Amino acid sequence: MQVNGYKPLIVAFCCNWCSYAGADLAGNNRLSYPADVKIIRVPCSCRVNPMFILRAFQRGADGVILCGCHPGDCHYTSGNYYTRRRMALLFSMLDYLGIERERTRVEWVSAAEGAKFAATMNEFAEKVASLGENKRLEDLRCKK
Amino acid sequence: MQEVKREALIARAAELLENGTVDRVLGWKAGEFDYDLTPALFHSAGELESDFVWNGFCGANFSKYLVKETGKSENKVLVFLKPCDTYSFNQLLTEHRFSRDRVYAIGVPCEGMLDAGRIKDSAEGIASVREDGDHVLVETLYDGTLTLDRTSLLPDRCRNCKSKKHVAYDELLGSDGEVLDSHRFDEVEQLERMTPDERFAFWQNELSRCIRCNACRDVCPACTCEKCVFDNPNSGVENKAAANSFEEKMFHIIRAFHVVGRCTDCGECSRVCPQHIPLHLLNRKFIKDIDQFYGDYQAGAEVGSRAPIVNYSAGDLEPYEAVERGGSDA
Repeated sequence: MQVNGYKPLIVAFCCNWCSYAGADLAGNNRLSYPADVKIIRVPCSCRVNPMFILRAFQRGADGVILCGCHPGDCHYTSGNYYTRRRMALLFSMLDYLGIERERTRVEWVSAAEGAKFAATMNEFAEKVASLGENKRLEDLRCKK
Repeated sequence: MQEVKREALIARAAELLENGTVDRVLGWKAGEFDYDLTPALFHSAGELESDFVWNGFCGANFSKYLVKETGKSENKVLVFLKPCDTYSFNQLLTEHRFSRDRVYAIGVPCEGMLDAGRIKDSAEGIASVREDGDHVLVETLYDGTLTLDRTSLLPDRCRNCKSKKHVAYDELLGSDGEVLDSHRFDEVEQLERMTPDERFAFWQNELSRCIRCNACRDVCPACTCEKCVFDNPNSGVENKAAANSFEEKMFHIIRAFHVVGRCTDCGECSRVCPQHIPLHLLNRKFIKDIDQFYGDYQAGAEVGSRAPIVNYSAGDLEPYEAVERGGSDA
């Protein structure tokens, strides 16, 4: 995925039970999504602490997406409900600090939605690529 | 001017020390200047008489001190709580941070505290500061005595006072007030109306002054973790002046996020900030969002309430909707 020659780095936190399996399915079905999406598997979307998201930006991510089971389908019954509240508050705060709201996203992807996973990643990567490099949450010390 | 006088507080404290209800009193005593009072423990009526101070600079919220203080002895400690302190008091009880039966709490009415920073801004060479009704008399070394209007010296948290009502106490000196219809979210809304670029510039300007003294964390009644994430030398957000603009943002976002749903908006963080960063605007943004997304919630209003961040409902809004509603489009 390139826009004006710029390839963004995207970190995707995927829950073990739905979204990671969804990513697998996308692969099995030969659906392509950008190779710049780096998937980090987490036991549940609510494992993701706001610090993980900031840390990803610090270490050079241009966009961070968090994928989990659809609300109501959480393997642990209620984990993604907590994720939803936390991320709503965190994203609202990032927006309040003037950080581009398109750089962060939460998407619910089930294990059967390989096509949705690929489409989401394509769309998100394109959006982030059009925003360009992450300048507002960068850490110069972590730049190569 | 405070409704209840110093003498009344001392008399009641001495009485309770005398009859053995409490064996020590948590109060304020004079610092180097009239405006920098320091929290102190008093053990006798004599100590109270000579050192106890009660005036517009008694801003320190004692609720957090109870966490350590109640662990020292089985006897009760007497504490004076202003209305906003009682919210933190309840919140700490909700979190089981101290034992209620080791505390004797006296609620004292508050007419708003004074902001030392504003006084220092309006006078050079301050020799002494005295309150007189609606005025504050500042004796200076060079300009004689200045008479300042008390309301112009209120800190931000008192200008937008959310409540004059005590939500926890064993006894009350003076009268109790009401929960007020404050305009505490006005400034947050003003920021929300700015463009993202303006907001970024605003916060960059404010947060870049941070010297990472951690005073905001140390004073915060909601920050009572035994071990703080920011004390971890491997955290990457080291306990020293931020070397990078990322570090400041990380620190302040995480600090505010850690107290989401537990912050009572007591305003201590802004009071102690030596760099005058409006930290309460970060906390208030979270409070405003919670009120807007999940229904009105005031942390500490009652003991045992469940904060929205540790709760959920099936119909909660999605994070992208939160940004649209909470952000500048709202």
